[in-house]
Amino acid sequence: MNQPDTILPPLTERSGILRWLRHNLFGTWLDGLLTVFGLLLIYLAAKGLLTWIFTIAEWDVVVANLRLFMIGQFPLEQVGRLWVGLGFLLFLTGNSLAIWDKRSYIAAILVLAFPLFLAFLPFDSNTRQWLIFLTATGAIGWGLGFSNPQALKKTVVAGWIISLPIIVLLTRGFTDPEAGGAIAIVGTNLWGGLLLTFLLTVVANIFSFPLGLFLALGRRSELPIIRWFSVGYIELVRGVPLITILFMAQLMLPLFVPGGMDIDRVLRAMVGMTLFSAAYLAENVRGGLQAIPKGQFEAAHALGLSGAKTMIFVILPQALRLIIPILVGQFISVFKDTALVAIVGLFDLLGIARTVLSQPEFIGLHREVYAFVSLLYWVLSYAMSYISQRLETSLGIGTR
Amino acid sequence: MNDLKQSIITVNDVHKWYGNFHALKGINMEVAKGEVIVIFGPSGSGKSTFIRTINRLEEHQRGEILVDGIELTHDVRNIEAVRIETGMVFQQFNLFPHLTVMQNITLAPIQVRKWDKQKAEETAMQLLVRVGIPEQANKFPGQLSGGQQQRVAIARALAMQPKIMLFDEPTSALDPEMIKEVLDVMVELAKSGMTMLVVTHEMGFARAVANRMFFFDQGQIVESGSPEEIFKAPKEERTKLFLSQILSH
Ligand SMILES: Nc1ncnc2c1ncn2[C@@H]1O[C@H](COP(=O)(O)OP(=O)(O)O)[C@@H](O)[C@H]1O
Ligand SMILES: [Mg+2]
Repeated sequence: MNQPDTILPPLTERSGILRWLRHNLFGTWLDGLLTVFGLLLIYLAAKGLLTWIFTIAEWDVVVANLRLFMIGQFPLEQVGRLWVGLGFLLFLTGNSLAIWDKRSYIAAILVLAFPLFLAFLPFDSNTRQWLIFLTATGAIGWGLGFSNPQALKKTVVAGWIISLPIIVLLTRGFTDPEAGGAIAIVGTNLWGGLLLTFLLTVVANIFSFPLGLFLALGRRSELPIIRWFSVGYIELVRGVPLITILFMAQLMLPLFVPGGMDIDRVLRAMVGMTLFSAAYLAENVRGGLQAIPKGQFEAAHALGLSGAKTMIFVILPQALRLIIPILVGQFISVFKDTALVAIVGLFDLLGIARTVLSQPEFIGLHREVYAFVSLLYWVLSYAMSYISQRLETSLGIGTR
Repeated sequence: MNDLKQSIITVNDVHKWYGNFHALKGINMEVAKGEVIVIFGPSGSGKSTFIRTINRLEEHQRGEILVDGIELTHDVRNIEAVRIETGMVFQQFNLFPHLTVMQNITLAPIQVRKWDKQKAEETAMQLLVRVGIPEQANKFPGQLSGGQQQRVAIARALAMQPKIMLFDEPTSALDPEMIKEVLDVMVELAKSGMTMLVVTHEMGFARAVANRMFFFDQGQIVESGSPEEIFKAPKEERTKLFLSQILSH
């Protein structure tokens, strides 16, 4: 017997867009209604948004305060050394791309030419020169790495390791602030904007790593005191909102240091973020450790490796590799969480947004400012997650 | 029995419990230097548990175990000393997946025996030649077949220059066509004079190289003897039944 649904539809509807549309969006009466309604909503929202972006919004507030958003109140005469620090990072990036990811010219070109592209925007000539300088250092790094990949490997790794202290030192300066000069000390009260957000993120992540590792191992320790301490710390910190930890770091840290020594407010925030992040990192590492089969421990022990050497050479390398995606996710969330330091009075990206909005001439421009700040956070977070995916694919090859 | 030969492993009335479960019920065994011992018996009879007490991957609760004169107690130094003298090969290979074959083999000699890298790599290369896969040195374990992986595992254990080798069902996880390549290596090792304790049901291997065989059942040694005695005239009913089951395959 012929079922009605075995009758073929007209040729034009058997395949292609029409069929898909009909099947998915207008399958029934109600579907059709919902589709029309949905389209209408999308149209109205997009129209409103685009009209706002292109005709109503006053982006002047962003342009006029771009420097504040980037580096806060950092003195203009000393900006040069920040550019130099950035140049160093670009040099390392170019170098690393050439050494470890030779085939992807596109990534290298995108990263290295980006400052050059910015130089075409209407910045002042000084900024443009620095932007060109960035592309140049990046290109030199790339060229060196390309021509001499084997010899440079160790140097580049060493370069990345010392990059944080170098950047911090460049930002802070060395000489007497009264005397002035290109490398005079700049107090952390003047650090701000993206610069501060970046430093908080990197410092908190780097220092929470060893701490989290020790807590994760401590949680598995056979010594009860170490185990209880680790569990207690982890559960305590994870049970408290970050903002309260930041407040405590601001208010209570001074109680722990001897004799009225003043700890810098930025440093307090860094300590708070680090202590917070370490607890979560410990749990992530613990997850990685649990995923390693018992046979790996047994094989290492049977070879005579001690407990510590088994961890260092056999277990941790595997466990950490397993959780790279989770670690990157945590890195990004620390980056976004740094926005909370604005509430304890620091001028990170969000803190700067609030200061900008409190200036009389920019009152009422909340939408523009927060839209810009959100976009910046999103672009940077997305870039990090994209880079990490590339890293995972290149690390994954041939290892398992 | 082996009074004239020098004994290298002495196991005296060893008991082991997992919670309330009595897994080893008074095991006695004396192994002389250079002997090849085959341990067989039904699944769950305590073969793995027993062989793992020899290098303290499992702790025994009663009795004593002496390995090359060192008594296994809670003393960590003794445990590490025994582990350096015994190599172990597992059913599941347990190679380190993040290290190359070469790195798998040289890790312990460099870290535990404190050899320099060059000496460790030269020794490793000789061992890879001995187990027949020198060309795989720079691959990762995941890129090798099961038989090749198990041969790397043997080379890795041998790299520590142990006096005793323990094998826990080394061919049970292998496809049939790969069993022979691993057994060949083990036969060669046995003929070279290595002291070996082998848990296996490969009776061909036992016939070829075993000096003595031990039949385990329910945590006890039910019967022991030379392969000749065990295969031709088993004394115990349980041994007969078990042998008839595995030999009929
Ligand atoms: N870690 C453990 N915890 C509890 N019981 C165990 C454990 N390991 C082994 N057993 C039990 O001990 C007995 C002997 O196991 P095993 O030595 O692995 O036997 P075989 O290797 O002869 O198959 C089995 O009944 C097994 O269930
Ligand atoms: Mg077993």
